[in-house]
Amino acid sequence: MKRKIKRSEIEEKIFKILMIVSLAIVLLSLIGIISVIVIKGFSALSWSMIFETPKGGYYLGKEGGIANAIVGSLYLAFGALILSLIVSIPLAFALQKDYLNKKIANLIRVLLDVLCGVPSIVYGAFAFIVMMHFMIRASLLGGIVTLALFMTPIMTRAMDESIRLVPAELKEASYSMGATRFETSFKIVLRQSLPGIATAVLIAFGRGIGDAASILFTAGYTDSIPTSLFSPVASLPLAIFFQIATPIAEVQRRAYASAFILLAIVLIVSIITRYLSSRFSRYNLS
Amino acid sequence: MTHTKLRKLKISYGDNHALKEINVDIPDKQITAIIGPSGCGKTTLLKSINRIIELSEGVKVRGEVLIDGANIYGKDADVLALRKKVGFLPQRPCPLPMSIYDNVAFGPRIHRLSEEQITKQLEKQKTNGLVKKEKSKKYQDYSKMDHLVEHYLKLAGLWDEVKDRLHSSASKLSIGQQQRLALARVLAIEPEVILADEPTSALDPLSAKLVEEQFKLLKKDYTIVIVTHILRQARRIADYVMFMYLGELIEHGPAEKFFNAPQKDKTKEYLSGEIS
Ligand SMILES: Nc1ncnc2c1ncn2[C@@H]1O[C@H](COP(=O)(O)OP(=O)(O)OP(=O)(O)O)[C@@H](O)[C@H]1O
Ligand SMILES: [Mg+2]
Repeated sequence: MKRKIKRSEIEEKIFKILMIVSLAIVLLSLIGIISVIVIKGFSALSWSMIFETPKGGYYLGKEGGIANAIVGSLYLAFGALILSLIVSIPLAFALQKDYLNKKIANLIRVLLDVLCGVPSIVYGAFAFIVMMHFMIRASLLGGIVTLALFMTPIMTRAMDESIRLVPAELKEASYSMGATRFETSFKIVLRQSLPGIATAVLIAFGRGIGDAASILFTAGYTDSIPTSLFSPVASLPLAIFFQIATPIAEVQRRAYASAFILLAIVLIVSIITRYLSSRFSRYNLS
Repeated sequence: MTHTKLRKLKISYGDNHALKEINVDIPDKQITAIIGPSGCGKTTLLKSINRIIELSEGVKVRGEVLIDGANIYGKDADVLALRKKVGFLPQRPCPLPMSIYDNVAFGPRIHRLSEEQITKQLEKQKTNGLVKKEKSKKYQDYSKMDHLVEHYLKLAGLWDEVKDRLHSSASKLSIGQQQRLALARVLAIEPEVILADEPTSALDPLSAKLVEEQFKLLKKDYTIVIVTHILRQARRIADYVMFMYLGELIEHGPAEKFFNAPQKDKTKEYLSGEIS
């Protein structure tokens, strides 16, 4: 009897230490990343960096900014987000047992998980081949579609997991009143899983706006802000890549400043999303 | 004459035959209690009457449930219309993720009741005398839906407790209040039959009493089928009793006869507490 208690206490202790260590690793790396970005990039951050496009010789340390990449990334990420949402919401609902047989749904889940693991450069290469075939130039549209392909499996699976958590009794309550599957899905289940769906959107958005490889060949790069879906477009990840690859210290600092801007965008979007989702889910069952 | 008849009803989950040939007529405008030990198929039987059973995995239904002469499992049966006619009250109340008001309005909204239909429904409700009319009240700026919500909350005995916070979240109510809200929600679709699966088991004795009282009032106008494992509750409220054991309907009959002169040995054993 006595020995057993002791053993469980040790287990508890070890697990506690593990938790603290893991937490520390995550927090420290996060702090590390953010402080490097801030320390190295803050001095280069300026209004002209945010509001101006690159002037001649920008990449040699002359005047200008990366408004082209900021606007480009926003266009790309929000465009892809909307496309992904249009596909992910119906798909995530279709995976529920109200609609699809469990075996088929689980098969699709496995496929989606595989797609989540495919590196984004493969999406980029795939889309590039397709675009070459149809003689489509690297463009905003190409980038949006490729990014949406990359984001959709991530978003769908995250939504799927949160929708699956909706209590069966809640669905039963809705069906038992004569609600259709559609009404149950969109008036009850969607509402109840809204916080999870918002998180899914955020995860996909973060992955999308930070991805360089998928848009490397498909969106191109340009110093101007795109005026149509068919013109090439700059993006923040590529801007960081080009700037950090120069030997000029001033330009490298700008790369960190660009990373800072990217971080800020993700932070702002995440705060807005969380605020909205908590507003809309105030009636939810806890 | 009864509207709800079960004929040779057999239900299985995979290889588990949960119900074996159930034949019974459920009397109209009375409270029928289904009793029996845990796992004997009470919930399965109850859920088969509005086809909510079909949401369970691997379930197979054979035989017939006749409501107004038509088999609800027939080929051209309209499930949505059936569920509007036969409401279901689950064991654990499950408020919909919306306000108290919207919970009650949910049914009428999904069934797209027009203003005239609501008026007609409320007119019909007035004749049953279950909710007392109040005189001096200003109703000009009330919509038809407001009237409806108020009426059914009163009918479920919840109005006085929530009238000042109709637009706050339903999930903030106490469990007992949530169960009466669920009742109001079911009543608002104007069913003819109300199925209730151990509706008081999650409630404290006082709330349970309130729900029981409400059922006793409602049977004047509704056919009520209630699953309970509390014998005393069955004695208190049932007019008709069905005793189930291992998927079989052992005995059924009017409550007085059932409790005072049970025919089958199994029933006697159960009533005396030998099996539970
Ligand atoms: N979804 C399901 N899948 C498989 N088997 C089920 C399912 N629901 C019930 N069963 C089985 O069917 C039988 C009857 O179950 P049911 O829930 O109808 O019993 P019950 O009388 O309501 O019991 P309780 O008093 O515990 O609620 C049991 O053997 C149970 O294990
Ligand atoms: Mg049960």
